[in-house]
This record gives sequence, structure tokens and C-alpha cells, in this order.
Amino acid sequence: MSEFLAMGGYAFYVWTSFGAVLLVMLVNALEAARHHRQLRRRLERSQRRDSEQSARQAVHQTTLQRRG
Amino acid sequence: MTSRTSDLSEAAPLTVLDVFVAVLRRDVLIACRRSSEFVNPLMFFVIIVVLFPLALGSDPVQLRAVAPGVIWVAALLAVVLSLETIFRGDFEDGSLEQLLLSPFPTSVLVLAKIAAHWLVSGLPLLIISPLLGILLNLPAHVLPVLMFSLLLGTPVLSLLGAIGVALTVGLRRGGVLMPLLLLPLYVPVLIFGTGVLHSAVSGMPVAAHFYAMAALLSLAIGLAPLASAAALRVSLG
Amino acid sequence: MHRIFSQWASPVHFYRLTGRMIPWLWAATLLLLAVGLFGGLVLAPPDYQQGEAYRIIFVHVPSAWMAMFVYMSMAVSAAISLIWRIKLADIWAKVSAPLGASFTALALLTGSLWGKPMWGTWWVWDARITSVVILLFLYIGYMALRAAIEDRRTASRASAILILVGVVNVPIIHYSVIWWNTLHQGPTITRLDAPAIHVSMLIPLLVMALAFMLYYLTVGLMRARSEVLDQERNSRWVTELVREEAR
Repeated sequence: MSEFLAMGGYAFYVWTSFGAVLLVMLVNALEAARHHRQLRRRLERSQRRDSEQSARQAVHQTTLQRRG
Repeated sequence: MTSRTSDLSEAAPLTVLDVFVAVLRRDVLIACRRSSEFVNPLMFFVIIVVLFPLALGSDPVQLRAVAPGVIWVAALLAVVLSLETIFRGDFEDGSLEQLLLSPFPTSVLVLAKIAAHWLVSGLPLLIISPLLGILLNLPAHVLPVLMFSLLLGTPVLSLLGAIGVALTVGLRRGGVLMPLLLLPLYVPVLIFGTGVLHSAVSGMPVAAHFYAMAALLSLAIGLAPLASAAALRVSLG
Repeated sequence: MHRIFSQWASPVHFYRLTGRMIPWLWAATLLLLAVGLFGGLVLAPPDYQQGEAYRIIFVHVPSAWMAMFVYMSMAVSAAISLIWRIKLADIWAKVSAPLGASFTALALLTGSLWGKPMWGTWWVWDARITSVVILLFLYIGYMALRAAIEDRRTASRASAILILVGVVNVPIIHYSVIWWNTLHQGPTITRLDAPAIHVSMLIPLLVMALAFMLYYLTVGLMRARSEVLDQERNSRWVTELVREEAR
């Protein structure tokens, strides 16, 4: 096992290479997922706000009608 | 300033060549009036070349070794510096849109503007280059090679540069964006331009390099105006 | 046939269909990566000349291949988006760029890490490395141009032109760099290809290459879906989708 990790003395070069590649791939993937999640949350929030706003407007309308 | 289209419609039936020459003359005249447009890149070229002996030391052997690269990189930077002028002025006063609306093929008009730009910024570099060659200790027989390489190469820089400018003309002055876009595209010209000089300095044949540069130039003349025209259309929305 | 094509080109179908595909794509990618890594790091024998260090090729070569492949795929997408005005094609080009740039940078990094133990130097201006550096600038230029233009449609069309100009130049740049390299070749000649690659090394290499390609497809689709959602946010299918999923 330690032979495997030592990579014939080239451990630094080999493991940094593989490590860098896997790290970059991981970061790109996580970033894609995170961005998507954030976007969904933002869309949900703005939709909620819109529906609250239209509900409030509807109440306001009916109040005006009653008074009018 | 009267609209160009009304001027032209008074003449006899116009050929594309007439329009080409008209646009060319107009741009050159405008540049001559604003003399800073061609003096500044020229001075920039000279100054950069002069900086190198100061930076590297005056050893003539070393200067001769770096001369091709230094002169070409300086020429490249000087051309990039001057590129804004191709379309910026016309963009700002609205005549660029007129150009796009003209019944004549846009790529021909664009080629005329590029030719004017080269006459104003590329040709002066070519003319002063033997002097700079001497400053960097290039042997006398290399000086014509230097001029010819710039003759074939600087138009390509203008042609490709026009594409970069056309893509970014709508943006507020974009800093290094345009040079960043152009740098990869300039690599072949730079390689062949300096390569031919290195060959000449070592006394080796240069014909093949000139053929390669001529090929690049032909390709650029054929394709760059089309790409620039397309890019202008996109940038102007 | 046309129905399938128009389904793919339609954002809502694209979104739903790829949503189902992505978990499977991840499974396939991770499986291939595992197999490739095992094959390359464990099964493949050490090289007779380079010992264990050669194993870097199992990530270096696929990265370099992907660097080129992604650029070509962006060029094709850009052409499609310009000619047929298909928005999804433009979205694919946009999301591909950072991935392509990542692969390019990784190719340079792993190449350097391979070069140091093998040829004693962190960097050498040989033809291939130099071409890859220029390719990185092409990617960065594309991303910079897209970012600089505010109007989405203008940005997509301008950057499409840029990449088509770039792709025409790539062979020219490549050959001029090769020629440049032969001019300035020093006495040492670097050999970046293994002479003839043994099958026990070739198979993990191909598996890794396939894994990288699947990875590109998977993460690309993930980012493309986000982009589609963002660009279509005001459309009915998006508002309905968000409402459904919020419950």
C-alpha cells in the first residue's frame, strides 16, 4: 500500500496531478448544483412575493368596492 | 457634414470600386486632419523599440538576437493601440449605421476602412522600420526583409484587428478586452514575421516564409471583412 | 424525426428530459472514472522508461483531448445558434466555456507536473504546450467577451462570431507554432507521446477519456438546465414548474 502511495518516488507529481483534476471536476460539479439550487430558491421566493402581492391587491379591491 | 449617400447619388452610376475609393479617401483625410491618429502609434512603436536596449543592455550581439521579436511585438502593440480609430469615430457620430444601411456590400466598405487604417497606421511603421532595425544592430541586408515582412504582416494585423474592434465597438472602452481577443489570432503573423527575420539574419533563404505570409494575407483579405461586417451588424443590434 | 428534433430544441422538453437523464449520467460518469482510475493507477504496469510517473498521462491526455473537443463542440453550437437561431445551442456554447477552460488549464498543469520529473523542467515551450496556452487564451477571450456585453442576444451572437473566427484560426495557429518550434529547437527534443502505447495502458486511457467526456456532458447539461430556467423565468412553464415543486 505504501508502495502504491509512494509511486516510485514520484508521489508528489502523480498525486498532485490526479488530485488537481478530481478537485477541479468536483468544484465545477458542485458549483453547477449550487447555482441551480440558488436559482430555484430565488424563483420560488419571487413567485411567493408576487402571489402575496396579488392577494393583497385583491383584498384592497374588494375593500374599495365595499366602500364605493 | 452632408450625408455621404446624398453626395454619391448625384454622380453617374456608381460601381463598388468608386464607393471603395470614396470611403478610403474619406477615412484617410479624416485621419490626416486628426494627425495624432497616426503620429501616436508611430511614436509608440519607436519608444518601445528604444526601451529594449535600455532594458537589456547595449551589447550589439544580444540586440541583434532580439531585434526581430522586439520590432514585431512593438509593431503589434502599436497597431492594437491604433485600432480603436477604425470604427469608434463613426460609431459615435452615427455614420457607422449609415454604412451598414448602404446598398453596397458591407464587407467592401469595411475593407476600405481597414485599408485606410493600414495606410495611416501600418504604412508609417513600415517606413520607419529600417531606422529601428539599425538601432537594434540588424545587418544592412536584413533591412529590406524587415520592411517586406512588415508590408505583408501589418495589413493582416489591421484586418484581424478590425474583427476585434467590430465585436467590441458597442462597449464602453473595454480596456484589455480587445487585445485579449486578438492576441491568439495574431500569433501566426508574429511567428512568420519574426521567423523570416531570424532566417535572414542567419543568411538562410526567406522565400518560403514570404509565401506563407502572403497566404495569410490573402486569407485575411478574403475572410476578415466578412467577419467584421457580421460582427458590426451584431454590435449595432 | 423532426418532432424529436423540435422536442430537443424546445426549452421545456429539454429541461424535463435532461432532468431525468442527469442522475443516470452521473452514475455512468462515476463508474467509468472509478474503472479508469483503478485501471490506470493499479492495474497498468509501471512504464519501462518512466516508472510510475507516466501514470499522469491517464489524466493529462484526456484533459488535453477534452480541451480541444470542448472548443470544437462550442464552435459547432455557435454555428447552429447563428444559422438556425436555436437558443439551446447558444446556451450549450456558453456553459461549455468554463469547462473547456478548466480542462485546458488542467492539461497545462498536469503536463508541467509530468515534465518536471521526466525532463527536469517545469516548463518547455514546445509546439503542443504552446498551442494549448493559446487555446486557453481563446477560451478566456470568449468568456470575457460574453461577460462584457450586457444584452444577452448581442452577447450570444458576438461571442458566436468570435468562436467561429477562432476555430478557423486554430489550425493556422497550430501549424505556425509547430513551424516556430522547429526553428527554435534546442539540442534536447522532448517526446510527449509514448512511442507505441501498450494495450494495458491504452484501455484505462480510453476509459478515462470516455469518463471525461461523460463528465462534460453531465455537468454541461446541469449548467444548461440552470441557464434555460434563468432565461425562461417569465414563461408559463417555468412559473408552473416552480409552483409545483414548491408544494
